[in-house]
Amino acid sequence: MNILEVNDLSKVFHLYILNNKKIEALKKINFTMKEGEIIGLTGKSGSGKSSLMKCIYRTYLASSGEIIYASAAGKIDLVKANDHVIIELRKNEITYCSQFLSVIPRVPAVDVVCENLFRVEKDKKAARENAKDMLENLGLPFELWDAFPVTFSGGEQQRINVARAIIAGPRFLLIDEPTASLDQRTKDVVIDLILNLKKNGTSVLCISHDEYTLERLVDRRIALFQGEIEQVEIETDQIETN
Amino acid sequence: MSRNDDNWLLRVRNLTKIYGEPNDKTLSLTGPLFNSNICPETDSIVACAEIDFDLYPGEVLGIVGESGSGKSTVVKLLYFDMEKTLGGAWLRPYTNGLSNILEESNQKKRFIRNNLMGMVYQNPRDGLNFRFSSGGNIAEKLIMAGQMHVGDIRARASDLLNKTEVPVQRMDDRPSLFLDEVTTGLDVSVQARVLDLIRELQQDLGIAMIVVSHDLSVIRMLTDRTLVMKDGRIVESGLTDQILQDPQHAYSQLLVSSLL
Repeated sequence: MNILEVNDLSKVFHLYILNNKKIEALKKINFTMKEGEIIGLTGKSGSGKSSLMKCIYRTYLASSGEIIYASAAGKIDLVKANDHVIIELRKNEITYCSQFLSVIPRVPAVDVVCENLFRVEKDKKAARENAKDMLENLGLPFELWDAFPVTFSGGEQQRINVARAIIAGPRFLLIDEPTASLDQRTKDVVIDLILNLKKNGTSVLCISHDEYTLERLVDRRIALFQGEIEQVEIETDQIETN
Repeated sequence: MSRNDDNWLLRVRNLTKIYGEPNDKTLSLTGPLFNSNICPETDSIVACAEIDFDLYPGEVLGIVGESGSGKSTVVKLLYFDMEKTLGGAWLRPYTNGLSNILEESNQKKRFIRNNLMGMVYQNPRDGLNFRFSSGGNIAEKLIMAGQMHVGDIRARASDLLNKTEVPVQRMDDRPSLFLDEVTTGLDVSVQARVLDLIRELQQDLGIAMIVVSHDLSVIRMLTDRTLVMKDGRIVESGLTDQILQDPQHAYSQLLVSSLL
């Protein structure tokens, strides 16, 4: 079953405050994604990878085309669905993990990680235990668990960001550069965590520039060039690493 | 999908407030297109017009826009501080959302205000009685809602005061709360404490809120959806991250690009 079908998706930015300038970010994107598949989005900076991901998450409003997402309750066009449907999906099914951690002031690291879990898990203590396990796994120093992430280093924030995105086991994960600014060992941990999600049925769309991550993680790749799909890898040679 | 199309808590349709004596053309000659909310023919002022939105249970809705765009007018109309010119509002917990609360009798309005709504004013003077102590001001809302146990009221009031140190907050477990510029004029550490309290109210008690603010970072942190207002009209509405990252209207683009 396809979890995502993107048909003729285009995105044009109309910049009214810059003399009505128009910027074409995506041009007629077509691809499909199977349930439980991990797709890697590649391409140079500015090729439209993040725009595509944000269109799917509805942070950007697509200009034309459709994005059919097979939710647990039926098919939804993410381009046209009303805001409340999107909010529900974000709460329950689709998680977006950006490159940077957006911190909530004065919330300790463990609670930041737990945020999505608190919605489903009423037992806060159990949720925190869960988060602590994950942070330990990711090698975040014990002393930092109860500290506020604003002052953390880039790599530490990155790990919290990834942990927060995957802890609740979303049905569909959009993840932007999960392994940037991480060392080799931590990279492997992150990759294993995502592969683990896949085993539980999560579909993942992942942007990465890192060849090692792509090799180990993704089932196939989609390469973007100047807002168009340059190349789609047909799934013939599934890389068996696990 | 229909599963949550009809799940609103507060529904607002065509809410309009005009000062002066408007004629037929007043509405069509004002608004963002004309860059003005003053009618050129009658000099009447359109504070807000044709405001449509739904607030869902437990949702936080932000309203942003330039000074004088009608943000405060909208919440004040909903809290019965002003008389509307046109339009209506329906509140689910009251008669199951069947009657327009803006057309109820004053007595019914008082009931709704005391039991189903809360409001924090931009200017503390509007919301407080300065002849009473801060604790007394907070307790007033509870007493009006029918709680008579002095011990309970005292405990609740002092709890809130300790948490915020802001003597303007009068909060209670009511389904909807309107917050007009709550963090303006507070230093960041107190601001953070107020925001903590608001997040707590929303997450733990599921109170729906309308947050009016100039501060886009407050909006980003607290709200799921945002309305952008200009010259008394809603020029754009959408998910907060969409408004902030992919604003569609010229004014929203200007607003977001002015962000520090």
